[in-house]
Amino acid sequence: MLALADDGLIAAQRLAEWTSRAPELEEDVALANIALDTLGQARLLLSYAGELEGAGRDEDDLAYLRDEQDFRNCQLVELDNGDFAVTIVKLLCFATYQHELYSALRRSTDERLAAIAAKAVTETEYHVDHARLWTLRLGDGTPEAHQRMTAALGRIWPYTHELFETGWIEPELLAEGVAVDPATLREPWLSTVDKVLVEATLAVPDDDWAPTGGRHGVHTEVMGYLLAEMQYLHRAHPGATW
Amino acid sequence: MAAAHRVAAIAVSGSPGRRDVLQNLAAVTGCCNTGGMERQEVPGASGLLSEVAAAEAELRAAADRDRGGDGAGVAAGDELAAYFDEVVGADQKIEPRDWMPEAYRKGLVRQIAQHAHSEIIGMQPEGNWLSRAPSLARKAILLAKVQDEAGHGLYLYAAAETLGVSRAELFDKLLSGRQKYSSIFNYPTLTWADVGAIGWLVDGAAIVNQVPLCRCSYGPYARAMIRICKEESFHQRQGFDLLYTLARGTDEQRAMAQDAVDRWWYPSLAMFGPPDAESTHSTQSMAWKIKRFSNDELRQKFVDMTAQQAEVLGLNLPDEALGYDQPSGHWRYTQPDFGELMRVISGDGPCNRQRIEHRRRAHDDGAWVRDSAAAYAAKQRTRKAAA
Repeated sequence: MLALADDGLIAAQRLAEWTSRAPELEEDVALANIALDTLGQARLLLSYAGELEGAGRDEDDLAYLRDEQDFRNCQLVELDNGDFAVTIVKLLCFATYQHELYSALRRSTDERLAAIAAKAVTETEYHVDHARLWTLRLGDGTPEAHQRMTAALGRIWPYTHELFETGWIEPELLAEGVAVDPATLREPWLSTVDKVLVEATLAVPDDDWAPTGGRHGVHTEVMGYLLAEMQYLHRAHPGATW
Repeated sequence: MAAAHRVAAIAVSGSPGRRDVLQNLAAVTGCCNTGGMERQEVPGASGLLSEVAAAEAELRAAADRDRGGDGAGVAAGDELAAYFDEVVGADQKIEPRDWMPEAYRKGLVRQIAQHAHSEIIGMQPEGNWLSRAPSLARKAILLAKVQDEAGHGLYLYAAAETLGVSRAELFDKLLSGRQKYSSIFNYPTLTWADVGAIGWLVDGAAIVNQVPLCRCSYGPYARAMIRICKEESFHQRQGFDLLYTLARGTDEQRAMAQDAVDRWWYPSLAMFGPPDAESTHSTQSMAWKIKRFSNDELRQKFVDMTAQQAEVLGLNLPDEALGYDQPSGHWRYTQPDFGELMRVISGDGPCNRQRIEHRRRAHDDGAWVRDSAAAYAAKQRTRKAAA
């Protein structure tokens, strides 16, 4: 639960960095909208995680008062935005993963999780479509954009392997049908991403390096800066209401 | 770029997040954020909203009435001018196909462009706090608000386009300093409370300025303003709620709120422009029913509304002369420093250079993206033609 929540929260934090910086006004609207969706998903999941824990922690306690090692998001979402090509490749890979995951979680035996997934799946469908359209425009547009997209794919692709790791999920949750085994999502994910890349005249990168650790609380160096910025004000006023 | 416009249409209409967030503002701030605090009424806010609703009804009625012929079909010269005067005089709307005096068209372009530029430059001071918002609820509300501003910029550029100027031309004039944006956005947002002060004071002043524009004689502008004013009222509401919470928080939070109000009060008063005696564009705009009230009238209206709201907030407006004048029914107040307003407008405010540089960088960094989208669209057209 925390892994999914943190994925959404950290993805929103990065997407929101684009606000007032997007290549055109329409894209300012669209990226903020996607950020709002993933932030909304994160808030539902964090609240639920807090209730399940039963220690009285709410969404803000979990978002603002946990340290880096306690965040369970994949490393992909915390990576710097880079140029617009990097952001679009990150979005294509991440949104397609989320879409597969939430589609499967609609059948979770945990009713509340299934309901959250049902809401999220309609949102992620739009995110995938948005990323797909931009991948086509950039991959099959100018040579410069094609080259930037190729570079972005080379940079982001290694971090996609972590999305499909299984080891971090408690076996009982899989057995009881609460959680979904991420390994089963890789094939449909690859089929969607592959189709988009081919249509965009882009090559699917080779699978070589596969960095990992996010699901166990091991992050990249940029994560500390992201959290420092996100959490400082809340932490500077302990116990305050905002 | 047609493809991009379609994307925006998807983004806006397929947006489950944004509308929920702002419409549920009361619920959000009531339960999660202010610890069950009662929702406070904002004095004066409902009156303005009903004015927007009245303008909308008036607009519909005007559309139903026969305008006594079609301007486009009328012969020439004097007859066209007489027809224009008649439509404006009868509180009907001028539409893009109608003949209009060149000065009317130019004045509208100037005003609508300045308004559009203000929306997109205004994203910067508030966007400055997105990554640091101190609760997730506040982060979602701020994100939705800044997104609305981009959307308002889009409606307004589209309204300007009906007058025959492209968005690219207007961007170019903004970046080269030939067109202005509201000088208020040349002040910095130094603390989280500034987000509240912008919502309460700056958006509050903007609403007072903009509500009469819902009855502007130019149809596309009036229609854009009706839509914008409805959303702006949520913006002011969120600023008020944010400050209300801080004013009842810790000593540090209360001090933060008061400091922000102290810094934003006079610049907000200056948003209504120079005093009537010195305003250069006012007289003709009033005759053409682009503008309906003078700068000083609107400023007074804003002070009357805000002084009452400050009492509910429990924050002080930084003006020792402020007081209610029984006989006139208005609040007395100290005028802002118009010399400072002129200095900021002419380019020497704290953030003028930074704001334009930021916009220029975003525009330049995005050039390769826009080029590629255009190249892709051209390829698609060729493919379709070949098929």
